[in-house]
Amino acid sequence: MSQKDVRGSMTVKRGLAEMLKGGVIMDVVTPEQAKIAEDSGAVAVMALERVPADIRRDGGVARMSDPEMIEGIKAAVSIPVMAKARIGHFVEAQILEALGVDFIDESEVLTPADETHHIDKFKFTVPFVCGATNLGEALRRIAEGAALIRSKGEAGTGNVVEAVRHLRNITGDVRRITQADSAELFDWAKKLQAPLPLVQEIAETGALQVPLFCAGGIATPADAALAMQLGAESVFVGSGIFKSDDPAPRAKAIVEATAHFNNPDILAKVSRNLGAPMTGIGMDKINERYAERGW
Amino acid sequence: MAALNIGVLALQGAFAAHQEILRDIGCTTRQVREPKDLVGLHALVMPGGESTTMSKLLLTSGLFEPIGQAIDDGMAVFGTCAGMILLASAIEDGRADQCSFGVLGITVQRNAYGRQVDSFETDLDVVGLDEPFHAVFIRAPRVTRFGSVEVLARLDDEPVLVRQGKAWAASFHPELQADDRIHRLFVECVEKE
Repeated sequence: MSQKDVRGSMTVKRGLAEMLKGGVIMDVVTPEQAKIAEDSGAVAVMALERVPADIRRDGGVARMSDPEMIEGIKAAVSIPVMAKARIGHFVEAQILEALGVDFIDESEVLTPADETHHIDKFKFTVPFVCGATNLGEALRRIAEGAALIRSKGEAGTGNVVEAVRHLRNITGDVRRITQADSAELFDWAKKLQAPLPLVQEIAETGALQVPLFCAGGIATPADAALAMQLGAESVFVGSGIFKSDDPAPRAKAIVEATAHFNNPDILAKVSRNLGAPMTGIGMDKINERYAERGW
Repeated sequence: MAALNIGVLALQGAFAAHQEILRDIGCTTRQVREPKDLVGLHALVMPGGESTTMSKLLLTSGLFEPIGQAIDDGMAVFGTCAGMILLASAIEDGRADQCSFGVLGITVQRNAYGRQVDSFETDLDVVGLDEPFHAVFIRAPRVTRFGSVEVLARLDDEPVLVRQGKAWAASFHPELQADDRIHRLFVECVEKE
């Protein structure tokens, strides 16, 4: 059977996720920041109106960005452009697809539009990335058509502790499932509240069905390398770059640290003289955990 | 003969997928991130990914010059998508500071098949293969001009798989398919040389 010119298939959607591996995706709020991100070696930018640290500070309802602003960023760079839609807000996603963004992040950083349903991502040609705090959440998103999973961490905190927790939750359960016998897989599916066939597939392959990236709290080159050594295949850096003292050198250093995540000599070299990172906040000081959004 | 030693440029992108296919067809493979990783390689694969990112990391890692030297000294190369851009002699719609090895007589235009919503899969007839190859194009580069290259596959009359001596390049992603035939063609060519 030959397929001619198939667009928007899972192969094509996951294909772009594969191409982003080993890279850094940076949050940007202006075309100028997008330029700095591209100049620094970002594999993609996430276009949004406020970085998570500012959303956290300002409060209120956080929504999809103004299309004008997304167009401005698209025009400024040649690398892929992602944008965020609210959880369950499929019309924001339709608008983002019409704008020709390369990836949609159905993101807990924005205020959810639906407290029961996520977007049916199979209905779209554009690929989706979704956050997850554990393997069950990741598999539910994959079942809805996500082409890429990112561990959520806690966005806008500059604190990597939740990113580590979520990555370890996901990769640890993948490892444990590969040790389970066939009868135990039914219980795993029940405990994870995830579709059994996806759990069985993980038992067989030992890996998640789509690439796994890390987000939420990465502020230094060492944070990025930590995420990579823990099994993330790329990193999203939100507030960590443009909320630091000197964004461009820090952005470059995080790109190099992600590529050479297993080489402490290079990590030591690129971590020098970057100025102050974003201040960051402890988890006991935050009012709202974005990671709890998502069902 | 002993298994071929094939490196995969592992600065960014889909290098693991290439490695898996190469290993499955009996090659010894190694990830290349530093100049010392180039020692003893018969060939180097440059994967798909973001060409501007790879270009920067080729310079910061100190790999650019040694790879160019190794190609001059006879190392075979195979670039897919972003890798094709890295091998081209001229780049359109690239960044002014983007580097390339210039070993293939082609001009490529970045992302010329459109954005991700225009990415697609299609069947290609490939010189040397009996059955069509199902190819995946992701924000693919387009060959807009070509000189002394041999064209091994075309899409709408434009080259999408080319070779010039021991340098091969595809604008699509053979590493994303379970089909290892294009990798085998390349490896057979390396063995013969």
